[in-house]
Amino acid sequence: MGRLSVKLCGIELDNPVIPASGTFGYGHEFAEIYDINCLGTFSFKGTTRDPRAGNPTPRIAEAASGLLNAVGLQNPGVDAVIANELPRLRAVFRKPVIANVSGFSTEDYVYTCRRLDACEEVGWIELNISCPNVHGGGMSFGTDPACAAAVVSAVRKAVTKPLIVKLTPNVTDIVSIAKAVEDAGADAVSLINTVLAMRIDLNTRRPVLTNTTGGLSGPAVFPLALRMVYQVSAAVKIPVVGLGGVSSAEDVIEMMLAGATAVQVGAANLVRPTACRDIIEALPGVMDRYGIENLRDIIGGAHG
Amino acid sequence: MMREGLFQIAANTALRPDVFRLRLTGDVSACQTPGQFAALKLEGQFLRRPFSVCDVDGESLTLVYQVKGRGTQALSQMRGGTLDVLTGLGKGFAVDKAGASPLLIAGGLGFTPLYWLAKTLPVRPTVLLGFGRGEDILYENEFRALGCEVLVCTEDGSRGFPGRVTEAMAGLTPSFFYACGPEGMLKAVERTAPCDGQLSLEARMGCGFGACMGCGRETVNGVRRVCRDGPVFQKGEIVWGD
Repeated sequence: MGRLSVKLCGIELDNPVIPASGTFGYGHEFAEIYDINCLGTFSFKGTTRDPRAGNPTPRIAEAASGLLNAVGLQNPGVDAVIANELPRLRAVFRKPVIANVSGFSTEDYVYTCRRLDACEEVGWIELNISCPNVHGGGMSFGTDPACAAAVVSAVRKAVTKPLIVKLTPNVTDIVSIAKAVEDAGADAVSLINTVLAMRIDLNTRRPVLTNTTGGLSGPAVFPLALRMVYQVSAAVKIPVVGLGGVSSAEDVIEMMLAGATAVQVGAANLVRPTACRDIIEALPGVMDRYGIENLRDIIGGAHG
Repeated sequence: MMREGLFQIAANTALRPDVFRLRLTGDVSACQTPGQFAALKLEGQFLRRPFSVCDVDGESLTLVYQVKGRGTQALSQMRGGTLDVLTGLGKGFAVDKAGASPLLIAGGLGFTPLYWLAKTLPVRPTVLLGFGRGEDILYENEFRALGCEVLVCTEDGSRGFPGRVTEAMAGLTPSFFYACGPEGMLKAVERTAPCDGQLSLEARMGCGFGACMGCGRETVNGVRRVCRDGPVFQKGEIVWGD
């Protein structure tokens, strides 16, 4: 194992850097400008049972040190993902990928996860029970410990691959949700999804986003995400994947000290398409500066 | 294929009190097709801002932009220094569809991508420039200097043809049209044009290169990304909202 390598649910990653779902498509746009095989892995665009056009535009807004999005899970549906996207993905990325799945009912989640579980390209399934931008689903599963546990338990029985459950920060107590999904059979948790937010246009005096609200991501949420990763990792035994505003090698190390086994990078990809590669390349130098021999040794190091 | 690079600000001059011409020097090799755009990282803004490329010449590219918000306000005050720019974004115009007598139709600052197109087309096109008022008119002489026949129309009637581009188009029999401007204009042009053509759309974008799905647009072929599958679309492809 190299200095940067970590293990996530039994699968070795060359490094802990993972582009987050919804900021990396299926990798092609990025593969145009760098060899994305340098990544630990990546989490592809959130997939639902049926195709979705997403929310009406405008569905992106600027914020101080971040952005709001209300894309609303635009995706071609699981059949098209399996038929078209996974073979194309295989042409640019050789490692196992994370299949990010969303749904509107337990049956949806089970169906979509089962389909993707059967694909050899898929190494892990990331269950998104935290999308703030779709009504009647997504986040509503992730805001109540019992609902979260029920969907995780159903999916856990239906799939063979490691199950990562992606949590929303838009709750009173994220630790109780994390414990509930751990008890229901989750193999790991990833956090945080975006923070429910809004902007108002002073000219029109109306919300900027047609959806009124959207999810805030980017450096603005990093300290909030770090705090939640720290709290959750203290309370669960399963690995925690940390995300939320990570933009540098230093941020990756901070997340790992807080308790993250691996780290996802989201908004940074949208501004600097080479962000993940740049972070991976910067890690050894930053580790040297802080006297870190192997990244895997610092996981949770900030807990006294 | 897109490229990220640092560009030097060579010139940033006012064409109108609210419109500036920015010439950037650097590696322009990714700027391949007229109609493509560039995305600039601006001081104080998290997301990049997309701008049509108006001209590409050897080692420089030219953007013409209107001051609309804080980002462009700050940009308009820069007189030197460097900018982080993503170039080679989007699919450009189909130059090979021009035919013998192409028509370029611009509404307001919609002329920007059409200037690079006019320079690139194998035949000199007719250019129809529509503006609100006579004092708004830009690039009339620049298009003439390329050898284009230029027709100007103004909504206030103070210069050229009094009225809108769709009215000024009546009687023209182009082989193909290329249009860029406000959405209402594009919709009207599509309805009235006597030939096939292409439209370049504007959108609020997140990334500008196809990753975030922020600029999805309903088309007859499903939702397409303006930044990656456009910004140039075929006549009849866009499903217009009401």
